[in-house]
Parts: sequence; structure tokens; C-alpha cells
Amino acid sequence: MHESRGMNLSHLPTVETVKSVREPKVRIRPSQGLFHLDLSTLWQYRELLVFLVWRDIRVRYKQAIIGAGWAVFQPLVAMLLFTAIFSYIAKLPSDGVPYPLFAYAGLLPWNFIAQATSRSGTSLVGESHLISKVYFPRLIIPAAAAATPAVDLLFALIMIIPLMVWYGVTPGWQLLFFPVFVLIALLAALAVSLWFSALHVKFRDVGHIIPFFVQFWMFASPVVYPISLIPDRWRGLYSLNPVVGVVEGFRWTLLGQPAPALSTMIPSLSIVLALFVSGVIFFKHMERTFADVI
Amino acid sequence: MNDLAITVRNLSKVYVLGAVSHDTLRDQIAHRWKSFFRKVRLHDSSGGSFHALKNVSFDVREGEVLGIIGHNGAGKSTLLKIMSRITEPSAGEVDIYGRVTSLLEVGTGFHAELTGRENIYLNAAMLGMPKREIDRRLEQIIEFSGTRRFIDTPVKRFSSGMYVRLAFSVAAHLDPQILIVDEVLSVGDGAFQKKCLGKMDEVRRDGRTVILVSHDLPVVANLCQRAILLRQGEVVGDGPPQQVIEDYMSEAFNSNGSISLAERKDRFTQGELMVSKITFHNDKRDPIQYAVSGQDLVIRVQYQSHVQKVFRDMRVVVVVNRDERTSLILSTDLVDRKPLDLEGSGYVDFHVPHLPLCGGRYFLHVAIEDDALARDWVQHAAELQVLDGDYYGTGRMYPHDGWRGKGMFVNHSWTIERIT
Repeated sequence: MHESRGMNLSHLPTVETVKSVREPKVRIRPSQGLFHLDLSTLWQYRELLVFLVWRDIRVRYKQAIIGAGWAVFQPLVAMLLFTAIFSYIAKLPSDGVPYPLFAYAGLLPWNFIAQATSRSGTSLVGESHLISKVYFPRLIIPAAAAATPAVDLLFALIMIIPLMVWYGVTPGWQLLFFPVFVLIALLAALAVSLWFSALHVKFRDVGHIIPFFVQFWMFASPVVYPISLIPDRWRGLYSLNPVVGVVEGFRWTLLGQPAPALSTMIPSLSIVLALFVSGVIFFKHMERTFADVI
Repeated sequence: MNDLAITVRNLSKVYVLGAVSHDTLRDQIAHRWKSFFRKVRLHDSSGGSFHALKNVSFDVREGEVLGIIGHNGAGKSTLLKIMSRITEPSAGEVDIYGRVTSLLEVGTGFHAELTGRENIYLNAAMLGMPKREIDRRLEQIIEFSGTRRFIDTPVKRFSSGMYVRLAFSVAAHLDPQILIVDEVLSVGDGAFQKKCLGKMDEVRRDGRTVILVSHDLPVVANLCQRAILLRQGEVVGDGPPQQVIEDYMSEAFNSNGSISLAERKDRFTQGELMVSKITFHNDKRDPIQYAVSGQDLVIRVQYQSHVQKVFRDMRVVVVVNRDERTSLILSTDLVDRKPLDLEGSGYVDFHVPHLPLCGGRYFLHVAIEDDALARDWVQHAAELQVLDGDYYGTGRMYPHDGWRGKGMFVNHSWTIERIT
């Protein structure tokens, strides 16, 4: 009894009711047209996005002895492995940059995109209990899942500093553009994930496709080898891979390599944009049925 | 007349059966391929379609507490999910005037690895509370939940009771103008139910609008000013709760959909002598749909024998409980021994004068047995709805609203002695 007295709400500020303006706060209608973007609702729930990212980070590094150290450890080991296999054994060139540094600068964006895609692509099904119990813009779920690995990227980025010092590589003014490419990487991952996650709700096959797809995707991207290895006549088609522009951008801004050719960057970055826009439309269109189908 | 809080107009929801299952990509591609060439309709509803809601319309005014009742599958959850914007209607519209919070469960989004404090933020954000608001109410939420000592411990180490208390505490501090609540809120232990109901009562007294979906008819009867009865997706009753509940109860007893007690297979039986029906009656032997605390109740157990034989020295056992652990009423033949020689068909009346049960939903389990063995034993043979009544004959309802917990009444008296 005492407890229920204690929750008397009268001491809380009363909410102003919209009595004069009888505009409904919420209108529920069957949706018409292809999609309805509704950016204002998305903006309203921006804090939830932050909370979800924060939750994933907290959960991921809890009860792990080296915690965030894993974010550095993983690309570092991959770098050593790649150096051993692709540089020492396969003798792949690295465009004048020491191979370990070359590989690390490629692994930074690649690991991010691979992780973001794997997590985000299956995120809706993973959060199905939320989808059937509470309303918020569903776009937040894949967006949060894609943004979470950005924190790993940040940690892994710290490790490149001693590597650059060791190899005597100094970045130039291009470094200013680095954040732009991080953003593009995020956009690229999200673009692909919007498609995957929305399809995954209906077709569980997607869950099996993603790991296979990510593996294939890495070898279709200039992570372990330089883009110069791709014959000129295939370069245009090759550049339709959204990761190409991102990896090239990372190497250019971090390692001070010569600026990547526009003929590579323009198709690659346009495809990111095209995938993202179409992904949002597709997602918003599918969103209506998520709760019924999941 | 208050302003409108919610208007629902011609709301329908159709589920295409078959399309709900997880189609495989292969099926879908094959289907699209076919439809491309043969002009098969793309949304070919081979499994048929199911109208979860059909042309549902109603208004809710500000400050009104509306109960929605109906059988499982009557469309209650679908209606709730549409009003909560979890799923879209197929046709029709809903307008909501005011800040709305819907609670389809408590603790949505709780993560086992996170601490109580962290989960408060996560859960509240999910229910639409801005962070500065959560900051401001954090202390109240922790205080109310009574889990302060463990608030920085991961909730996976919480007892289930603590978990629910914390989750409910967040929900209790949302401060919406319109609250939509599912009956899942009324699961949990007695103390928790009491808290839920007390809370809803306060929301009501604050003049907020509440929509409550529940199976617990006494809760609807006591808390709501109005009830809506859904049957197969349609509104078939709308009015004062008592009246709508009576409609619902008579529907429940006459429904052909549910299996009659005589035909139930989930029983322990010898197959010869069986309990065929259970009905409730008042002191005048008139059939009643629900019992009232403090009034006389007769539980009539009908039996049917399937063999030509007289079953001598039988006992009818009636058990009433609310949960699996405790029996509240247990019949015995110690006080009123009557030799029951059963034959053919007939009934045995079990009298409970002055029903000591508090308002709520109870379960009835019955058996016919003799000293050697149980002839027929059916668990959950019937459901008994009890409305709060004036047990003590004082002209006042006791327990009053906030205390509508589970329990029993006992006659009692006080004596005072002074120690000098």
C-alpha cells in the first residue's frame, strides 16, 4: 500500500494537453505509396540509436579480460598473417608502402565494413522481440548495429600510429579528409545492410548468405593487394565495388599515397550513394510488414 | 463531455495466411518467375486470408478507462498492436490525441548483461522517454523498484521478482497522457499485480486515458468505466463493463468453439464415470456467470456414467486455486458426509456459503473418486470469475481499489488488553 502511494504522479509536472489544437499527435493509416521517410520521428528517437550503440559496446566487452584490446589485437594478427602469406610467400606488391602498413591501412576499413555488414545485416531478426513489442523507427536497429564497430575502428586506428612511426611514414594534408572516408565506410556498410536486414526478416536464407558474401567481398576488394594489380580494362567494373573507394581513400589519407584515380573513386562512391538511397527506400517499404512477418 | 483521446474508424487487419511463414528465397523466386510468365496473381493467397479485425470503430474520451475483452483470437492483440504502431492496419484509421505509451510487456529491451541502472536508461529510451527526463526520474525509479542495493549489478543476477519490479518501475514513471496496456502486465506475483493495478488506478484518477486489454474480468469490472467486447475481429459489445462482461460470459458458456468438459481428453479417467459439466449457481439455484465475494455459491458438478452400474460410496472433490502452488478451497467429506451412490447421470451440488474469495479469476479442478481410486479427474475443469463484493456486510467494499490483491476473507474480531 505504501508503495503505491509513493508513486503518486501528482507531484510530476503535468503535460500540456493539446486541447485548443485538435490535431492528432499520432495518425495511423495503412501506408500508401512506395515509402514514407518520416525523418522527424527518426530524429525524435536519435537518443535510442545512441543507447543501442552504447549497449552493444558495453555488452561486447563485458567479462572479456582484455576488453577493447580485442579491437586492436584482431587486425594486428590479421596484418601479420597477411604479411606472411601475401607478401613473403605470394610476393604481392604494395605500391611502395611497407606491406604490413599497406595491409593494416586496408584492414582498418575492411574489418569495419565486414563487421558492420555481418552484424547489421542480421540485426532485425536478432531484435525481433523488440519489433513485436515496442514501436520506434526500425531503421534505428540496423543503423545502430552498423555504427557499433566504428568504436573498434577507433581503437584499431590508434595502433596505426606506432606502425607509421616505425616505418617512417608521415601523413600529409590529406589526413583532413580521413573522417570523410570513415563516414563513407559507414554509409557503405549501412547501404548493404539495409538490403540484407530487410530481406532477412522474410527470408532467413540471408543469414546464411552473409558470411559467404563477406568472404567473397574481401577478395573483390583491394585489401591484401593493390588496385594497380587489376588490369586497366577491368578497373571500371572493379570500381563498382563500394569498398574500393573506401579502401583507396583510407590509404590516400593515412599513408599519403598518391591520390586515387577519379575513374575509380567516382563509380565506387556513386554506387555507395545509390545503394544507400535505394536501401532506405526498400527498407522503409518493407518496414510495414516487419512485425507481421518476423 | 471530454475531448476525444482516440478515434478508431473502420479498422481492419487482414493476414494473408501462408505469407506469414518464412518463405524461402527459392519459393519466392519460383513464384515470381511463374507469375511473370503465367500472370498468376503475385499475392496469391493460397492459404486464404484471415481477418483479425473487421471494421472496428470506437471513440475513447479523455480520462476514460476502457477495457477490451474477448476470447483468444478475437483480435484484442491485433488491435493493441495497431494502436501501438507495431503493425499497420490493412484499412481504416486511428487518431490519437496526446502522448501515448503502450506497454505490451514490462522490461522490453532489458539486457541481461547490463546493470539495473543501465537497463533503466535503455528501457526508458525504448519507450520514448528523452534522456534528460530519465536523468531526472532515475532516483524515483530506483527508489520505487526497491532494488537500490543491486542497481549496479547486471540484471542477470537479479531474482525474477527484482527484475520485474525494476522493469515495472520504469513503466510506472513514463507519465503518458494515454496509456495502452496489455494483460501481460497482470502476470507476476500478487504484490506485483497489486502494484500494477494500484498504478493504473492512479493513472485513472489523474484523469488520463487508459486502454486495458485483459482476461481478468473482475479487473475490467472494477477498473474500467466502459468495456468493448470483440468477437472474431468485430466489436459485438460496447457499454458499461458489468453488462459487457455478462455478454462475454454467456458467450463463453455457449460457445461451440471450446471443447465441452465431457469431451475433453486431458483427464485422468477410468472412462466409466465422468464429470460432464460444471455450472455455477447462486443461493436460489439460478445459474450465474460469475460469483461475488460474500455471497453464497453453488458449484454444480454434473456426472455421466457410461456403464450400467451403480458406483457406490463415491466422493466428489472440488479444488479451487489461483496458481499451481496453493489450493484456496479444498472440499472434504469429513464435515458433511453423504454416501454418494452415483448412477446414470445427475449432479452433485457443492455449497460454499459466504464465498471468502477476493475478486479475481480462479481455476476449478474436480475429481470423482472412491477410497480405492480416482474414477475421473480433470484439472482446469472450469474457470471461476469472482467479483469483489461486500464480504463483511458493512455496506462498503473491502478491500478497496488499490488493494485488489489475491487472497481470502476470514471472519475475525479484535480484543484489547492493557498491560499495566
